[in-house]
Amino acid sequence: MTDFIDIGSITDIPVQGARLVRTAQGDIAVFRTASGNFYAVDEYFEDKAGPLSNGIQHGEMVTDPMRNWVFDLATGEAQGADEGRVTTYELKVEDGRILLSSAALVNQVAAE
Amino acid sequence: MTQKLIIIGAGMATGRALEQLLEADPNAYDVTLFNAEPRGNYNRIMLSPVLSGDKTYAEIVTHSAEWYEENGVTCRFGERVANVDRARKVVIAENGDELPYDKLMFGTGSNPFIIPMPGHDLDGVIAYRDLEDTELMMSMDDSNKVVVIGGGLLGLEAAAGMAARGVDVTVVHIMGHLMERQLDEAAGYLLRKALVDKGITVRCQANSKQILGENGKVRALQLDDGTELPCDLLVMAVGIRPNVKLAQDIGLAVGKGIHVDDQMLTSDPDILAVGECVEHDGAIFGLVAPLYDQAKVAAKTLLNEHDVFVQKEISTKLKVTGCDLFSAGDFAEGEEREDIVFRDPARGVYRRLVLQDNKIIGAVMYGDTADSNWFFGMIKDGTDIADMRETLIFGPAYQGGTPMDPLAAVAALPDDAEICGCNGISKGQIVAAINAGADTLDAVKATSKAGSSCGSCVGLVAQVLGLTLGDEFKMPEKETVCKCTDLSHDEVRKLIVAKELKSIPEVMQELDWNSPGGCHVCRPALNYYLVCAWPGEEVDDGKSRFINERVHANIQKDGTYSVVPRMLGGITTPDELRAIADAADKFNVPTVKVTGGQRIDLLGIKKEDLPAIWYDLGEAGMMSGQAYAKGLRTVKTCVGSDHCRFGTQDSTGLGIKIESEMWGAWSPHKFKLAVSGCPRNCAESTCKDLGIICVDSGYQILVGGAAGLDLLEAELLVTVATEQEAIDVSCAFYQLYREGAQYLHRPYKWIAKVGLDWVKEQIVDDPENCAALAERFRYSQQFYQVDPWAERARKGVDAHEFTPLADFTKVAAE
Repeated sequence: MTDFIDIGSITDIPVQGARLVRTAQGDIAVFRTASGNFYAVDEYFEDKAGPLSNGIQHGEMVTDPMRNWVFDLATGEAQGADEGRVTTYELKVEDGRILLSSAALVNQVAAE
Repeated sequence: MTQKLIIIGAGMATGRALEQLLEADPNAYDVTLFNAEPRGNYNRIMLSPVLSGDKTYAEIVTHSAEWYEENGVTCRFGERVANVDRARKVVIAENGDELPYDKLMFGTGSNPFIIPMPGHDLDGVIAYRDLEDTELMMSMDDSNKVVVIGGGLLGLEAAAGMAARGVDVTVVHIMGHLMERQLDEAAGYLLRKALVDKGITVRCQANSKQILGENGKVRALQLDDGTELPCDLLVMAVGIRPNVKLAQDIGLAVGKGIHVDDQMLTSDPDILAVGECVEHDGAIFGLVAPLYDQAKVAAKTLLNEHDVFVQKEISTKLKVTGCDLFSAGDFAEGEEREDIVFRDPARGVYRRLVLQDNKIIGAVMYGDTADSNWFFGMIKDGTDIADMRETLIFGPAYQGGTPMDPLAAVAALPDDAEICGCNGISKGQIVAAINAGADTLDAVKATSKAGSSCGSCVGLVAQVLGLTLGDEFKMPEKETVCKCTDLSHDEVRKLIVAKELKSIPEVMQELDWNSPGGCHVCRPALNYYLVCAWPGEEVDDGKSRFINERVHANIQKDGTYSVVPRMLGGITTPDELRAIADAADKFNVPTVKVTGGQRIDLLGIKKEDLPAIWYDLGEAGMMSGQAYAKGLRTVKTCVGSDHCRFGTQDSTGLGIKIESEMWGAWSPHKFKLAVSGCPRNCAESTCKDLGIICVDSGYQILVGGAAGLDLLEAELLVTVATEQEAIDVSCAFYQLYREGAQYLHRPYKWIAKVGLDWVKEQIVDDPENCAALAERFRYSQQFYQVDPWAERARKGVDAHEFTPLADFTKVAAE
């Protein structure tokens, strides 16, 4: 079963905004969309796109501030002509708290 | 022998179960009904009409005292169940009575969630749950103020009901738009507009901090930005929780609700549960339709007949006093999902369908929900819509018909709406000219003058031609803002002003946007157009700005930022330089660079350090240089007559004066100036957006230069005699550009479109217009000359941008 870690209140992230979660394995951007959905994805996609928490959030997507890559936040898939997939992390909201899968903090350690 | 059934809770679910049971076999059970409320079953959904005065309590009673008596139900209303002894199968009432049962049914419903903020226990803080709450709200009148926390269905019904009684109601909602679980942003905007029209104040994205009281009674709600909203009554409608206390106490399996199986049996086979208190297959329930299904299954189970409760697709068709809403299925955007959006700005109608694999998986409708059942049927049945895709959104009556008219936004404009600003020509005048025989663009230009000056309204004039002449007129090709709209930049700008549109969702609705929330191309453009059109009004949406303008620094390729303090006219002091050097030391700035705009750039600053370095620079009297802005950048100067033997005028002094007047302004793109003290042009005025060259007789003002992707020499706009005239003309030119150019066009691109002659007509040939432009610029400046660094370093504005939500790097990796 997946463990979840409380990373903050839903009100800590403005609508159509993002906040960073720092981990030993790298930064994760947590988004809140206009439709009230929350997503967690890696702040950087390889050396091609990012820092995504600085992008413009629209629909259920984010546009990379550097090279205008557009990523689907639910799947991480790059849209349009670009190809690639930014890593996404499981996240849920309960009682107004944002809970991030603890796998986001540890899985890359295990891979080493 | 008749078995004994005890029911805990006389609500809508147990009421329906009881009806079904008695109908099927009136003699199967001897029924005792407990209810904590001192009354029997009434239709809770109808409390809103009671509140608004459309119905009385008597009209919403489902089961009267006579009904219970006729059906032989023993009522114990106003009594709670204290305990249940499952081993002996007895229920223990509050007064100690012990009642044996064969079957027990829980219908304990739900409890309203009360946010445990300071002051929640004050007198006058209530939920919206039962008749007592409703009666308290009904005691309010036009001398009272009420705050409702929660912009969901229940909160809005409470607000609308009290507003109908003349109460001054404010709704405070934590999310970005109302009813975010049922509606998308666009429909939420329409709902908000309708509620505001009813006199309700709506505050979204508002966080409540505490409830303030006086003598134990509520006095006001305080938001976390310090705002106090005075109120005589505070209604919390932020959600419900299944009431599981008793079930938990007696050891039944409980999660979010009381666990039940498909037969509505709890973990004890002699105990059933129905309604809002249950959890079935991970879901809990708030709407009435599934509760009635549960009731039917529970009745069958009690009669030893087999039936199965199945969760179905839920739709919400809502009527918040006069606002027609419908939402069903899943309407979040996502990969492989497509949207079909229909907007009818004139009627306030919004429809959105979400498609996946040629099936409708979600629908949101506002304003006209007549076809909602048809759409909902297709969601439930998973109908393949490939064949009717083109006309699907118009509903069943239009299958096979023609698509929507793209001219709707212009059609909706009133006759007196101004289309051509240069010549002051209204839509009605253009229609008159067309009706008098002008059937081409050139003919309209010649006879009405519309579109004959700067040309930015030509697209709209063409649409009026198309509307008036129909198919006889062929629309010219044009470039749209982005794929979200059929309108060009010029058309959008003019319609924002003509229709007085003041927010991005409003623009998208009224101008018939065909994506639900826009994209990264149109949102920054719309935001600029709103900021320019409505100075002094709260129209700026930071989330629609590019990152540099959002955090007031330039993002670099490694994700760090650069910081450039303003140096008016390129003049600095030893104290400023010391402060910059100290800051560079303190924040380990890797690179300190002198810029081409005569300032100092500190590169490689971490985002988290920005407010702190701004604070230090602010202490030395420096403010943001806005080196990141689509707005005024720098005024580069030479030393001028103060020091230079060739200088004809005080070019540095003039540069400082101009920059002092212009800093802080936003524009379609960046705007750079220079002032040179003589024709030797050491400040490089001839390649700036606006350059001034001082000569013995006065000041030459050059415009439209470029030295970037394109290289263009600035052209002479006018020569003026005095410094003040030079400043006024500069402000007027900047304002003309700000009001007219399309987003991301530098002045030279805009001038190429409208012509330098037209610019001269507006500024040089028409002194009155020149003064009016400068006046509008100065009016706007009083709102935008705010140092964004000080706001963030000293007042905590947008603090969320500069601190991580959570930091796990310091947690030991175990």
